[in-house]
Amino acid sequence: MKYVDEFRDGELAKGLAKAIAAEVAPRRDYSFMEFCGGHTHAISRYGVGDLLPPNVRMIHGPGCPVCVLPIGRMDLAIRLALDRGVILCTYGDTLRIPASNGLSLLKAKAGVGNIGNIGSTRGDIRMVYSTTDALNIAREHPGREVVFLAIGFETTTPPTALAILQAHREDLQNFSVLCNHVLTPAAITHILESPEVRQYGTVPLDGFIGPAHVSTVIGSRPYEYFAEEYRKPVVIAGFEPLDVMQAICMLVRQVNQGRAEVENEFSRAVTREGNLKAQRLVSNVFELRRSFEWRGLGEVPYSALQIRAGFARFDAERRYGLNYVPVPDNKACECGAILRGVKKPRDCKIFGTVCTPENPMGSCMVSSEGACAAHYSFGRHKDFSGDGGNS
Amino acid sequence: MCLALPARVVELMGNDLGVIDLGGVRKEVSLALLDDVAVGDYVIIHVGYALAKLDPEEAAKTLALFAEMAQAGA
Ligand code: SF4
Repeated sequence: MKYVDEFRDGELAKGLAKAIAAEVAPRRDYSFMEFCGGHTHAISRYGVGDLLPPNVRMIHGPGCPVCVLPIGRMDLAIRLALDRGVILCTYGDTLRIPASNGLSLLKAKAGVGNIGNIGSTRGDIRMVYSTTDALNIAREHPGREVVFLAIGFETTTPPTALAILQAHREDLQNFSVLCNHVLTPAAITHILESPEVRQYGTVPLDGFIGPAHVSTVIGSRPYEYFAEEYRKPVVIAGFEPLDVMQAICMLVRQVNQGRAEVENEFSRAVTREGNLKAQRLVSNVFELRRSFEWRGLGEVPYSALQIRAGFARFDAERRYGLNYVPVPDNKACECGAILRGVKKPRDCKIFGTVCTPENPMGSCMVSSEGACAAHYSFGRHKDFSGDGGNS
Repeated sequence: MCLALPARVVELMGNDLGVIDLGGVRKEVSLALLDDVAVGDYVIIHVGYALAKLDPEEAAKTLALFAEMAQAGA
């Protein structure tokens, strides 16, 4: 495929690996965080970690939207399906996210698990590919309430905004959105402000690989603050393995030269301004939430969006008077620490044994972009265990 | 779910809809987030929406840079 295959060329990858090796100073370590789950996926899938010199370390960041959704938010969705009898539409990846009482949307759909005595035992939960599918379901079932469980960073927010605007235009009476959209810059700030990075230095951080598709929407400008204020280089990279390697090379160079700038490796799709049309649509429909709980990061101020009062009837939280109740994660699960870059999947005692992609205990094992699932699925454990192999 | 791919626009259907070709598979997507999409453009598709247009000149520059870096490293 054009614009895909060329960016996965194995020979060029070897050359880039040599370029990185030639660039690094042997006597220092480099730690870079790839913020986005798509990069985590690419790094694991193509074994980019294996191609890097031993003193260049990649840390997974909290950029997988499935991984950062806390149990309490999943519970809201499950209760809507079970107790209120709504048709709950959602992207496929959210179906297996663990919720309270060993439930997930998938289990609620099948009617298994401990769900108590209230409401029905089987939820009408439907996987959709796009918000337009959710709108269609609402149009086809005028007698039922249809709720779209919206998750994701800045890439999925514009489609949700368009769906709400469309529902408004059509005066769709039975459609609403349970909004969980979160913001990339807020999460990066949170990581940079975390005690592990600021005080203890337990998470050394020399720079960031900026997300690919999020940046097509928000542009490269929001990252300038991190470069200026925190003196951290940011290189925005495309999703293909060569993009990631090139970005790592650019980060190493910045570190070596003592620069902290925003550079754009993904110039074929990202501009400084981003997609202004998408930004306008989003700000018409959404406003900042004062605070939002992230799995692993806790409450993060102004890190998520809510639906503006003008579209209140499409806001499932208002429509059903929902109250968010935080629920702690499974005790054994290290997702919280993994999402903050403090721990690695291998540090979790139940990684790959009790917790697998088929039966995830924590959210990082759910989507293929989650740190635990990526490492489980592609068997690249070298950078974690140091045992040098695909164990 | 963050995975998204560049695809070629093969047909404009009006109403902000278009058909893309993704390695031989055709699919209807929304173009409502972009302005001035033309047949033959490459766009990045995510959850059924075109998020951004690909700039072929920039893509060529990036590939040339890879080749240059790889050569320098070798
Ligand atoms: S392996 Fe499973 S339980 Fe352990 S940290 Fe990862 S997702 Fe959580």
